[in-house]
Amino acid sequence: MTMRSLPRILGAALVTAALVAILSIKLNAFRDYQIAEIAVDVTAVAGLTVLTGLSGQISLGNGAFMAIGAYATALIMLHLGWPFIAVLVVAAAITAVTGAIVGVAAARLHGPYLAGATLLLGVALPSLAYVYPGILGGDQGLNVVFTTPGFLGVNFPLSRWQAWVSSAVALVTLVLLANLGRSRVGRSWRAVRDDEVAAALAGVNVARARILAFVVSATCAGMAGALLAIVTGLVAPGAFTITLSIALLTAAVIGGLGTLAGAIWGSLVIVLVPTYASDVAASHGLSTSAASNIPVVAYGVLLILVMLIFPQGIQGGVRWLLGLLGITPARTSRTASIPDARPPAGQAPASQHEALLTRGGDTDFPDIGGSRPPYPPGEPHKKEGTQ
Amino acid sequence: MVEFLQFTLSGISFGMIYAAIALSLVLIWRGTRLLNFAQGGMAMFTTFIALEVIYHTGSYWAGFVVALAAGLVLGAVAELTVIRPVLGKPELNAVIITIGLLILLEGLAGIFYSGQYRSFPAAFSITGLRAGSTPLGVSRFDVFVAVAVLATTLLLAVGFRYTSAGLRMRAAAFNATVARLSGIRVARVITVGWALAGLLGALAGVLVSPSTFLYPNSMDAIFVFGFTAAVIGGLDSPAGAVIGGLLLGVALSYAGGYLGANVTSLVALGILIVVLMLRPAGIFSGAQVRRV
Repeated sequence: MTMRSLPRILGAALVTAALVAILSIKLNAFRDYQIAEIAVDVTAVAGLTVLTGLSGQISLGNGAFMAIGAYATALIMLHLGWPFIAVLVVAAAITAVTGAIVGVAAARLHGPYLAGATLLLGVALPSLAYVYPGILGGDQGLNVVFTTPGFLGVNFPLSRWQAWVSSAVALVTLVLLANLGRSRVGRSWRAVRDDEVAAALAGVNVARARILAFVVSATCAGMAGALLAIVTGLVAPGAFTITLSIALLTAAVIGGLGTLAGAIWGSLVIVLVPTYASDVAASHGLSTSAASNIPVVAYGVLLILVMLIFPQGIQGGVRWLLGLLGITPARTSRTASIPDARPPAGQAPASQHEALLTRGGDTDFPDIGGSRPPYPPGEPHKKEGTQ
Repeated sequence: MVEFLQFTLSGISFGMIYAAIALSLVLIWRGTRLLNFAQGGMAMFTTFIALEVIYHTGSYWAGFVVALAAGLVLGAVAELTVIRPVLGKPELNAVIITIGLLILLEGLAGIFYSGQYRSFPAAFSITGLRAGSTPLGVSRFDVFVAVAVLATTLLLAVGFRYTSAGLRMRAAAFNATVARLSGIRVARVITVGWALAGLLGALAGVLVSPSTFLYPNSMDAIFVFGFTAAVIGGLDSPAGAVIGGLLLGVALSYAGGYLGANVTSLVALGILIVVLMLRPAGIFSGAQVRRV
């Protein structure tokens, strides 16, 4: 995704937009709601996949940024009654600023320390709603009133409008991120991810690159939160649990870390698999506790199986499949099917520049949070093969 | 003053539970360089097994022992079946597998026991102890919690320090390649590490469940605070895990007691930020090796 040219990116976005429009008209209100839900997740997961896949920083706290975006949206719509597009811009700006603050703190942390700090952020921040129930509505949360615009007529279903708005925001986000990924900024993120010292020697401002990645990721999460507010019509702390932050990271990895297509795959999985599995369970007349938990079990098993079978995530699997069918250019399919994704000998990329682009975000990830292994040389790590 | 004493003592009791979880995470981190997000879920599952055994045998101690044994087995089985195949792969893949395992265990518990809250028995009386006429804010059971975790920790520490198996484990964690060259079966050592971590988690589960109730998600918050404790102490330091757990337990007890239960996670976040700003790899991190 990151190595595609602008016309291809725009083309893919337009095709997807048309597809979503047709689907939303053909399908019923519940499916429209699911489309909106997927779009919300795509927006958040795309930001996270850039942070973790490209800049090499882990975040288990993007749910907190979603909460900030959602509460900002609810408060502005409640007290000021602005149109959603203005609210979205303000919510994005607020989360960008908080993302910068968190990013400054996070820039020093690596691996599990960054994971722990962001995880606790994701758990702790929503509890502010209980501390300030007067403003933030406490456990009950805040209601958000969102209606279809007048020009669509009175018969236009709200769920379809919600699906359109959130899909539009998700697609614009994807296009912007795809562009950013192939720009100088994206290359500096990959450089920092792969080797901080080398990147610094090459003139990349490592701290600034890392903080910028946090800002971008937080902004995406904030916009996803704003969308969540208008899609569900309610902003309450119960929506922003540890489960949400973990689901976002899961979607990014299962889809294919560092690839925007992977963000879409991952979001489809976390929204559709549980619903599909509960439909199947319900249609077999199982007891309530079984019917409501079999989907959970299936989801857990699926996560484990995908990681065991496709270490590069679903997008890695798709590339491998397309490579088998001879659809994608040989170079891409080869990078995807080789676990350690260096270009084969004798086919070295023409330039360092191309090498960075080729390695992209879809292969060869560093350890959990940083480009430098957080352990001293000689300790067990992946280059030594199996244990 | 009496209040302060009460909060301190009950903080120590909860802190020991965070310490047990933190220690289990440290054991796995040192062996495999990955975070086990299923640690809380495994503890929840073994506690359900204990509940089942107590229900059928009527003996608390039978349940207690079975839970610890189940923890050992579950830890080893998890490592052998789903973790070992991804150990050479990107670290995040293994993390996602532990998340999958967590979701799987919570789902299974939901199928067998549904989502309702169940009470779990305590080994000893849970009525508060008194010194003369002043209530101490802790019960006999709280004392048992502290003693049980402390005893297990000391046993592990002595085992690591003075037995040849412990030496092998320390060698494998210190330098896997050299350990392997010296004839240590590193893979087996890693499995043992996971088994011991499972045991510690199971211990935390049976000890905390009388005060939190037992349900599929009951260990989520305990896991988050145990993880926080491990990060505060430094993930490479077993002593750091115990001290981090105690520190966090006491601090959260004061926060909950003086400021209200709603702020506990915010206070934990504050402590974590202060510690990590001063020591980015935890209080007990050694000298950072910079690879140039």
